[in-house]
Amino acid sequence: MMILSGDPPKSRVLTLVLIVIILALAATPFLFPGAKALNVAAKICVFAALVASYDLLLGYTGSVSFAHTMFYGIGSYAIAIALYGMGPNWAAIATGIVAGLPLAALLALAIGLFSLRVAAIFFAMITLAVASAFQVLASQLSWLTGGEDGRSFQLPELLRPGTILISKSLFGFEVNGRILTYYLVFATSAVMILALLRVVNSPFGRVLQAIRENRFRAEALGFRTVFHLTYANCLAALVAAGAGILNALWLRYAGPDTSLSFSIMLDILLMVVIGGMGTIYGAIIGAAIFILAQNYLQSLMGVASKAASEAGLPLLPGLLHPDRWLLWLGLLFIASVYFFPTGVVGRLRNAGAKKAGGVSH
Amino acid sequence: MTDLLKLSGVHTHIGRYHILQGIDLSVAQGQTTMLLGRNGAGKTTTLRTIMGLWQASRGEISLAGERIESRTTPDIARLGVGYVPESMAVFSDLTVKENLVLAARDGPLDDSQLEWIFGFFPALRRFWLSRAGSLSGGQKQMLSIARAIIEPRKLLLIDEPTKGLAPAIVVALIECLKEIKRKGATILLVEQNFFAARELGDNVLVMDNGTIVHRGDMAALASDVPLQERLLGLSLETHQ
Repeated sequence: MMILSGDPPKSRVLTLVLIVIILALAATPFLFPGAKALNVAAKICVFAALVASYDLLLGYTGSVSFAHTMFYGIGSYAIAIALYGMGPNWAAIATGIVAGLPLAALLALAIGLFSLRVAAIFFAMITLAVASAFQVLASQLSWLTGGEDGRSFQLPELLRPGTILISKSLFGFEVNGRILTYYLVFATSAVMILALLRVVNSPFGRVLQAIRENRFRAEALGFRTVFHLTYANCLAALVAAGAGILNALWLRYAGPDTSLSFSIMLDILLMVVIGGMGTIYGAIIGAAIFILAQNYLQSLMGVASKAASEAGLPLLPGLLHPDRWLLWLGLLFIASVYFFPTGVVGRLRNAGAKKAGGVSH
Repeated sequence: MTDLLKLSGVHTHIGRYHILQGIDLSVAQGQTTMLLGRNGAGKTTTLRTIMGLWQASRGEISLAGERIESRTTPDIARLGVGYVPESMAVFSDLTVKENLVLAARDGPLDDSQLEWIFGFFPALRRFWLSRAGSLSGGQKQMLSIARAIIEPRKLLLIDEPTKGLAPAIVVALIECLKEIKRKGATILLVEQNFFAARELGDNVLVMDNGTIVHRGDMAALASDVPLQERLLGLSLETHQ
């Protein structure tokens, strides 16, 4: 319970789902061999942390920010530029971390102090403007960032796929540098999510929730809300930059499409909504559902379409044609928002509370 | 009797509306001052202006001799002003405990103060770990007041605490406010319920159109029906 900061999932089904996801992620290199499965699992880990950090903003303070991918991009580019410039060594990774995290925090501080005093819509607009400017800047500074092509780089020897850490003859499976990198991503994401869980369950987290409900009321109790919101913005930016670092390390690449694009921002928003806002656990569920659907829905539809065609069913083979996967993905999200307005976690927790007679009177 | 709170020539504009039009009032230390008036007279705006939630466009507001009109709301709260807004202002997603811990701000809850509050509002002990949003209207109002008194405050600004509550709850609330008063609190209380106003008020201020039109003893106003009808448009007896 300590590790969860006294905030358990509060639903048996939710606990079970979370355990299954975490165990599956932990065992992916051995349960699901192959590059695709490992890539999907790593992306789920990175996005779970990224979405959790966005949930700290949207779910716990009610602030809508469009600059989250910018912080994610800062982390990615910091590590990429350092490893590209200094060569594949640990000092370069340390330099990327030391440069990227404070830069993200300082930028979040500046944005927060300038825009969190005013109405929420201005904060959203300012973050949108800053993020757009940063995207253009990253594209224009091609001598540093590689422009539209981005930066590819090599990792230190220990993290390379060619480095065999445990040979197959020893335990029946091989552990190489790629798997070590995966576990680095997995463990760091887990630590960041647990840290966020600690933050939202601290007295500071309660103040954030009070601000979300009614900012003036919180001020009337003596809380300097701008300070609290700015601090939350900085924490969220730090974790987003951390997720960006992990993403770059995993891909061995940082570019506009993988770390700064607005489509990533939309994905984050969808994952928060699907998982459930203001829950942190929702980030894990949202990221898992979204990324699994993004990667496997097309092939699943191919199988379903073929089966329908073989069974001689009319219309269905065409409707389920793999080329229509984006349409079905969209419908799936509309349905999930319609049927789970409080997200999967909210729905499961409410069901759990009702079952336990959780409403106090 | 020294004045704890003093407003001199305070004007407040909300958008293009000129709501407070030169308020002069004082609240004596250790006394309960009732702020009465018709709907729209500017009572709530007065409390919100004192609290800094609306910025005074002109005039001076001083608390214990210190000017506060240009201070921010959190600063004013930290000077020892507790504010109980109307409409049962609790944080619905937080538990009763978390609402009170928030109000205690920088330190742990004072057990003896908590026991004292539970003495008046036993429901708060019963629903200690329940979400404030699941409480009844009366219980929310109790929590709202408990939040303002969980720590010693120099001044309490309370806006219509009995509004919309069942008579039995109103009686419990009045007893609680009386006890707070006996402990030496200074209160500026907006109230429409005559029974509550008569029971609690030492002094009275009557507002109309953003100005103070009458100041005096609550007991004197309570016994002067023609004055009540002139100031408030109806007698307080019919207004409860």
